[in-house]
Amino acid sequence: MDANVQWVFTSTFLLGLASGMIGSFALLKKQSLLGDAMAHAALPGVCLAFLLYKEKSLFLFFIGAALSGLLATFFIQQIVRFTRVKEDTAIGLILSVFFGIGIVLLTFINQHSQGNQSGINDFLFGKAASLVESDVKVLSAVTLTLIALIALFFKEFKLITFDPAFALGLGLPVSLLNGVLMFLIVAVVVTGLQAVGVVLMSALLITPALAARYWTEKLGWMVVLAGLFGALSGVIGTYLSMLATGMPTGPLIIVAATILFLFSFLFAPKRGLFSKAIRLHRLRYEHVLKQLYEQGRIEIKDHRYLKWLEKRGFVRKEQESWYLTEKGIKRVAGSHKNGVSQPIRRSEVSR
Amino acid sequence: MKPLTVNQLTVAYQRQAVLEDVSFSVPEGKLIGIIGPNGAGKSTLMKAILDLIPRVKGDISIYGKPYKQQRHLVGYVPQRGSVDWDFPTNALDVVLMGRYGHIGLWKRPRKEDVAVAMQCLEKVGMTSYAKRQISQLSGGQQQRVFLARALAQDASIYLMDEPFVGVDAATEKAIIELLNELKAKGKTVLVVHHDLQTVRDYFDWVLLLNKQVIAAGPTEEVFTYENLQKTYGGKLAFLSPQHVVR
Repeated sequence: MDANVQWVFTSTFLLGLASGMIGSFALLKKQSLLGDAMAHAALPGVCLAFLLYKEKSLFLFFIGAALSGLLATFFIQQIVRFTRVKEDTAIGLILSVFFGIGIVLLTFINQHSQGNQSGINDFLFGKAASLVESDVKVLSAVTLTLIALIALFFKEFKLITFDPAFALGLGLPVSLLNGVLMFLIVAVVVTGLQAVGVVLMSALLITPALAARYWTEKLGWMVVLAGLFGALSGVIGTYLSMLATGMPTGPLIIVAATILFLFSFLFAPKRGLFSKAIRLHRLRYEHVLKQLYEQGRIEIKDHRYLKWLEKRGFVRKEQESWYLTEKGIKRVAGSHKNGVSQPIRRSEVSR
Repeated sequence: MKPLTVNQLTVAYQRQAVLEDVSFSVPEGKLIGIIGPNGAGKSTLMKAILDLIPRVKGDISIYGKPYKQQRHLVGYVPQRGSVDWDFPTNALDVVLMGRYGHIGLWKRPRKEDVAVAMQCLEKVGMTSYAKRQISQLSGGQQQRVFLARALAQDASIYLMDEPFVGVDAATEKAIIELLNELKAKGKTVLVVHHDLQTVRDYFDWVLLLNKQVIAAGPTEEVFTYENLQKTYGGKLAFLSPQHVVR
């Protein structure tokens, strides 16, 4: 692997890690939309920085993006405070206004100052291939700071996310801690713009965290898993974008993250869709068995669960009526005795 | 020294006064009910005491000193609906949050903090649910976890916002036993309460509130038909006063 490719993979790995971790808190604080607003609002800042200094400098872009992101947040807060407009509406409004201004500026740059060479277009959908060694250094610094702060103030971040009023009552510096969390979100969003782009950056914050939530009931594990999912998405997306020239990295990273999310949504134990369906199925056939045990027989032509149970030898059909078999009686009686019953396994299929 | 003194407290939302010139002080070691109709500012009063919302004017003192210096003496049980119970954590962890003030910034909970949290869970009869994910708890169990968390704070004054709402009779009895236990230890407990029928049984002292203080004092002196009329306006007729005031 040549050196530049290594830088690129390292960058997207670190970026995914950082955004997954901080995204867990954004998700649980119900601030998913705010990350989206930040990312979109960063675009005019990046463009203005370019127009003012006529050069592509990550540091200047960072300052511009952070300033316009913070300005957008300020507007959102003021709208919520002084009008009857709710937060989600305010976010939607400010996000589109800032993004609109950003697109106007971007078009202007493209027409007037050889914008294609500036690489500023890549800020829309991201281009990881443009990342160089200095970008990796910035990303590493951001990621390490983020991990250190989360590790250090884990219990405080947990409390201000779960119950900020109680945290205030304890005398925790809640606004300072909130500010730190917000700063970390901005830092990740802004550093991620070049690789993932303003349009999809917030998805990298939220999707890995959402996927992680399906696997665990512990915040600590959720943060770690979200970081790993994010890092994995970053690496897979980058790899896919390198297979063909001109492929944007951002959308592919998000596709990877979404696949991880879908897998979690379907197959995670306990919270996953299939596990829920299996539990429901079991509840239903247990109910049918119990009913049969109490009534002796059920007169019904065809029934999905009775047929399923017949296949496993728990019930038998005579003429138009269903009865419990020896095995079925034992099972209901057994499950009553122990209070808990074991699920019927595939191996119990009699045929 | 009074555990809590509120002096000329005024709170407003969007220029509309919610509490006007509220002044009272409460005696030590009593169970105190805060009673009033919806919108009377009961929860607002608690939040203002705890500095959770800005006040227009007035001051709060805890054992003679401003609240800011005495924060550690005040425990808070917010309304159960104020948090998201699907948060990824378990009952013991929530109770441990009550220890965070004692543990200090960035430090990890020690063994003795976990021991205290387990004792508090035991006091509310929730030991066997310590590792249970909080969304798997019933409403009454969630309320008990919140109470255990306040106990873990080891405060001198407790403010409880509607702890009896949406809990079954068994939990209500367990909570009131716990409150009496706190009282026996000399703690002062203020409770926002809705059920007028149980006021006389539960509380030594009441604060009748409807934006202003209507009356404050020992239950047998203050919890009268006339005062309730003033607090609830004409609505009291629906509440069959003969049951309320024996």
